[in-house]
Amino acid sequence: MPASDHRLTTHEMAQFVADGFLRFDALVPADINQRVIEELRLLEAKKINLIVGLPPGDDGPPQPASLTPLSQCYPQPSVLGTMLNLPQVQGIIVSLVGPDPLFDHDFVHRLPAGSEYQQHLHVDAVIDSPDPTFDIQLFYFPQDVAPDGGGTRFVPATHLRRTRAEGVGRYQHILGEQQYSGEAGTVMVFHHGLWHAGQPNPGDVDRWMYKVRLNPRVAQVGHWNMDDFDHMHNDASDHTFAQMRHDSVAQILRTLQPWQKGHEGRYEQMQRARLWRYLSGDATFDVDYYHTRIEQRGRLEGQH
Amino acid sequence: MPVRQQILYLWLAEGALDTETIAWAFHDGTQGKGPPLPDTQPPYATGLAALEQGWCLIQSPAPYALHPGTEHEVSYLANEFVFEQRIDTND
Repeated sequence: MPASDHRLTTHEMAQFVADGFLRFDALVPADINQRVIEELRLLEAKKINLIVGLPPGDDGPPQPASLTPLSQCYPQPSVLGTMLNLPQVQGIIVSLVGPDPLFDHDFVHRLPAGSEYQQHLHVDAVIDSPDPTFDIQLFYFPQDVAPDGGGTRFVPATHLRRTRAEGVGRYQHILGEQQYSGEAGTVMVFHHGLWHAGQPNPGDVDRWMYKVRLNPRVAQVGHWNMDDFDHMHNDASDHTFAQMRHDSVAQILRTLQPWQKGHEGRYEQMQRARLWRYLSGDATFDVDYYHTRIEQRGRLEGQH
Repeated sequence: MPVRQQILYLWLAEGALDTETIAWAFHDGTQGKGPPLPDTQPPYATGLAALEQGWCLIQSPAPYALHPGTEHEVSYLANEFVFEQRIDTND
């Protein structure tokens, strides 16, 4: 759970860096979950109108434009706006992308009961810049989703792989992949690079999911609850092959997924360490000494 | 006799054929007339295990030169091995 002020803890932030997602079961109250479906229905119709070139219509909240600060999207009495402004939702958003990020786009994903539609694994949008900045995508499930109810499939810890969307569709199954199911009101937050795919809904209930992508407007440094930071943030000597801590950020970042076997896992750790350097503002941070060894030696070249 | 291909992709943990399967994909040109494979678990623990069950290796990944500055990046699953079986479908 997030800290008492609803921002994420250092432990949760490190978990996000390692796995590329966090999950918060039944985070949104039942009252909102029950009322939001009707608004999602209106929003879906409005989106379809816009896509096919028709006027969006006056029913439901106005569709926000890209580049709009989130605080200006879905004003009262929008139920969706109420959800996005919940302290526990704002705590997640602020921790990961800072205050009042920009609205990128959103979409209502309604999967009709009995739908056989199945997506290949993909990454959203286009291949990204190599810097460690990132967007987040919130996945909000306002109704219970049964294990066979069309929950999103995703592969933990794929978010730091630089790939094109269509290139990862060749992987039908990857060890450790998950398919979402859970209680009404559950929110998952993804790093924008996480591989995922829509799945069939053989159940007898339509599956509703609201997804919104948010862009940071400020450097994503230290926006979470830092109460446990000094204790958890390790120095560069935290090294599996020398002296290692078991209660540090490095310990979370060196924990690999079932598909991350062999020496390949070391490169994953380097990418995670690079992202934590950005988030923590500590350019000397490391996990298992991989960056530090190279950087130490690299400094010698200029000394002769 | 009509012969159809079954194609099995295995992505292994490392570049050696006897390392563990971490991902897989199966494409069945027989439209179900050939032997099936399990869908929810790796069909073979290693690439070598697939050979031992009669699959023929038709492609394996070669090491490649690394571009300076990108040596530590991670991208697609690197160790892609492709196998086939040719099935007489008796149509």
